[in-house]
Amino acid sequence: MKIMTCPVNGPRAISEFAYGGEIRSMPDPATCSDDEWADYVFNRNGSPGVKREWWCHLPSNTWFVAERDTARDVVLRTYLYEGEG
Amino acid sequence: MPWRLLRFALSKKHPEPRMFTRHDRLKPAYDVVIIGGGGHGLAAAYYLAREHGITNVCVLEKGYIGGGNTGRNTTIIRSNYLTPEGVQFYDESVRLWQDLAQDFDLNLFYSNRGHYTLAHTDAALRTSRWRAEVNKHFGIDSEVVGPEVVKKAAPMIDLSCGGHAPILGALYHAPGAVARHDAVAWGYGRGADMRGVEIHQRTEVLGIGVVGGKVAGVRTNRGNIATNKVLCAVAGATPRILDMVGIRSPIYIHPLQAMVSEPVKPWLDPILVSGSLHVYISQSARGELVMGASLDPYEVQSTRSTFDFPESLSAHMLDMFPFLSNVKVMRQWAGMADMTPDFAPIMGRTPVEGFYLDGGWGTWGFKATPVCGKTMAYTVANDREHTLITGFGLDRFRNFALTGEKGAASVGH
Repeated sequence: MKIMTCPVNGPRAISEFAYGGEIRSMPDPATCSDDEWADYVFNRNGSPGVKREWWCHLPSNTWFVAERDTARDVVLRTYLYEGEG
Repeated sequence: MPWRLLRFALSKKHPEPRMFTRHDRLKPAYDVVIIGGGGHGLAAAYYLAREHGITNVCVLEKGYIGGGNTGRNTTIIRSNYLTPEGVQFYDESVRLWQDLAQDFDLNLFYSNRGHYTLAHTDAALRTSRWRAEVNKHFGIDSEVVGPEVVKKAAPMIDLSCGGHAPILGALYHAPGAVARHDAVAWGYGRGADMRGVEIHQRTEVLGIGVVGGKVAGVRTNRGNIATNKVLCAVAGATPRILDMVGIRSPIYIHPLQAMVSEPVKPWLDPILVSGSLHVYISQSARGELVMGASLDPYEVQSTRSTFDFPESLSAHMLDMFPFLSNVKVMRQWAGMADMTPDFAPIMGRTPVEGFYLDGGWGTWGFKATPVCGKTMAYTVANDREHTLITGFGLDRFRNFALTGEKGAASVGH
């Protein structure tokens, strides 16, 4: 069983978590072009590497950030979201 | 051993006939370079040589022939899709499958079984009816049947599925079949090889040269190649190749796992799929039960297996077939699936001139091997999409014109 560490509840089985995808910033729909918007809606960074992702600990509904190496399937770091930058 | 045989073993004039010619080095230039020596890449090479007379072609494979998703799927062949684009495309594939063994002079163990997509809910039954109507419209043999027909086809089934997911009916698709997947890659590979195509295994693509928006060459771990046409057929690793030419795509990679049981006496003739229980099962010619489930729930770019997979799949399998509780699981494995937002592939030309894409094959690629080879060969040879693949272009996302195949592509998405 793979273990993920929730920043609030500590180490738990990964089956308690939901994956929310890579963290991406949304362009302003009022000002961006159709192409920029389509790129945001559909396109993804599908190559392997270390990614910052949204994860949720389902029993406590805690959304947090995980840094994960998607080539090796190793979780490097988890922490609560504190805004961009 | 008679000593005179030794003479042949030591002589270079009498090599053992091999299925594929071994080429010591890459040529400096090819008319077409195909990245990926799986079923799709080899099929494209085969049809390029056979139907378009283009034989100055090389297929580059990082590992070995058919060692990727071609050898990792659960070999189900069917055409009971949902969209008109999908139905016509997969129907042509099924037609090609039926005389492929004859074409190759190689036994593909193609076995027509009939395919049942079980419906446990009213919503699933409604999708089944929808699919049956679209299928019938295009002359494909699909119909909605009641639970008694399922029971007759698979007498060991528990129609109530442990009491919590009773089977209300099924979408029956008579042409559903299974085939031996390795042999498909070998057959296409041998056919291409015989016609002069070079297959280079253990040759990794490191970069693709693009000059002025056009493909100029390919850099590999065994040297550089000049070419104006590159076909990317590496489903499961497509984004890595797309990064080399600077194309963004919606493809994301999740593992898809499968497993087989120990061989048992033949008891299951048809192929059964349940979207609600997230399982599909068929029995191979060797007697093994070949079983699969839905995608792993998060992105991973490796073929690692997990214990959660056989655990949950077995639980659902026992809902359908309680008597399997004593049957052992023999092995499990994983493949990497190129997922797309609409569960349809991405095929055709791209914004980079001379770079052709056959990707986004998610969990539905094996059955499409022949038709992909044929249509991509046409597309590469004529620099124009074959009519069967116009609904699968990369620009459909930019135009918000998706080809929604989610209801028919796989289980449990």
